[in-house]
Amino acid sequence: MENFFDLSLTFDLLGYDFVRQMLVAGAVLGVVAGLLGPLVVTRKMAFAVHGTSELAFTGGAAALLVGVGVGYGALAGSVVAALLLGLLSRRDSDRDSVIGAILAFGLGLGVLFLFMYKGRSANKFGLLTGQIVSVGSTDLWLLVGASVAVLAVLAFIYRPLHFASVDAAVATARGVPVRTLSVVFAVLVGIATALSVQVVGALLVLSLMITPAAAAGRVTASPVKATVLAVVFAEISVLLGILLSLAPGVPVSAFVTAVSFLIYLVCRAFGGSRSRAEV
Amino acid sequence: MTAQVSDRSVRGAVALRGARLSYGDRVLWDGLDLDVAPGEFVAVLGPNGSGKTSLMRVLLGLQPLSSGTVEVAGGNRRVGYVPQQRALDSSLTLRGRDLVGFGLDGHAWGIGWRHRARRRAAVDTALAAVGATRYADEPVGLLSGGEQQRLRVAQALVGDPRVLLCDEPLLSLDLAHQRVVSDLIDRRRRAAGTAVLFVTHEINPVLPLVDRVLYLVDGRFRIGTPAEVMTSATLSELYRTNVEVVRVRDQIHVVGAQHVCEDGPHHVADEE
Repeated sequence: MENFFDLSLTFDLLGYDFVRQMLVAGAVLGVVAGLLGPLVVTRKMAFAVHGTSELAFTGGAAALLVGVGVGYGALAGSVVAALLLGLLSRRDSDRDSVIGAILAFGLGLGVLFLFMYKGRSANKFGLLTGQIVSVGSTDLWLLVGASVAVLAVLAFIYRPLHFASVDAAVATARGVPVRTLSVVFAVLVGIATALSVQVVGALLVLSLMITPAAAAGRVTASPVKATVLAVVFAEISVLLGILLSLAPGVPVSAFVTAVSFLIYLVCRAFGGSRSRAEV
Repeated sequence: MTAQVSDRSVRGAVALRGARLSYGDRVLWDGLDLDVAPGEFVAVLGPNGSGKTSLMRVLLGLQPLSSGTVEVAGGNRRVGYVPQQRALDSSLTLRGRDLVGFGLDGHAWGIGWRHRARRRAAVDTALAAVGATRYADEPVGLLSGGEQQRLRVAQALVGDPRVLLCDEPLLSLDLAHQRVVSDLIDRRRRAAGTAVLFVTHEINPVLPLVDRVLYLVDGRFRIGTPAEVMTSATLSELYRTNVEVVRVRDQIHVVGAQHVCEDGPHHVADEE
């Protein structure tokens, strides 16, 4: 731990391709997670994101076992999860229990797959907590392509989705296809989650998707400003987190979560928007 | 979504012809003919389960009729909808002006970045019309029920509707705020000729505004002025039991029928 903040070591490591790829992946993820986050928070889907990430882990573990790319496995796992959640929980009231049930089973399955996997043990650990070497150049292209697709769909459905997230009853009355949008959004979140798993690991996806958005909601009530802030916070968390993790060689997620939580605490302490200026 | 709500240029704002709505064997109403003129205020009354909410859903284009036709001037994009007051989550990242903006283009695809200047002007006008400018930038979840409901009226009016559907908009508001909200609706229909269909279980707060009443009970209904419909004879016939209508000063009280006055809230979107 003596090289914890060894700057020269950090600079040396920045010369490696895989480190730079990780940073690019992190930056792309920061944008995606930051843009999705405020909607996820508005829709009270934090637990759904966690559940989806656990199934991304299951998919990743299955991919590890059969020897295909972990990224594809994670993607398949979380999209299946998102579709299941979207179709099985048609009412908000039973969403929590549906997620709980699916999550538990998926996690158990993932543990079984890892147990059966006889490869490098670092691969197992990385799936849960994120690791620098997990993003290869092919993965990077998959990540960039999938991110662009997610953002394009999000831009298209943004307004009706936002409307439906705030007030489903009135949105329905105005002819917004509320149910369809919620399934589509669950799939978008699923894809973003799967991509995040490769960087921060399955356990800590929330630190990129929820924490920055929750922090932003503490300082502004404007949806646009909150979204911009969430992107900025997510970027700071993921890039600073990766840089800090280089020299000591600890899993990325430890620092990403620490930075994002710190931002959250600061926003909570100084957030002025949650009280009315006048009565 | 059904396309049954057409926008053929009808002289009236709303026209129902021989409208029937049934779920299986249960007939909510049948042979319903209703013409609502521009600027007219029609109160829709009746006990729970009498099909008031379903009528709203038909007019919104969310529920097809079993038979008959329905026409709404301007199509269902020109329908404003004011729901009953339900407190918005206090932690919601949303300002009053954002809530109002949904009424303008919340249903449209895309992010709508190009028209934001025009959008802002329209929202500002709607906010000013309901006297909500002062708290337009406050977090919406921290506003009082009355303030939120004024924003909902602004949300319904910002799209320049030709028909305004109000679903118990005064429920859970105190008397002063009931007055504010009903005055806003009244002013709008007089100024812009917007037809108003106003579902309520309590006619007295809006009695001075009501032109006609549509009273629904168990598949039976009666349409007419309050003086015609709100009588002991008419309501006794509708309820098939002895109902007494008592007029106290400017108020109408209905005595005798157990379910005359129902308080159960209901939501347009909650039904299948």
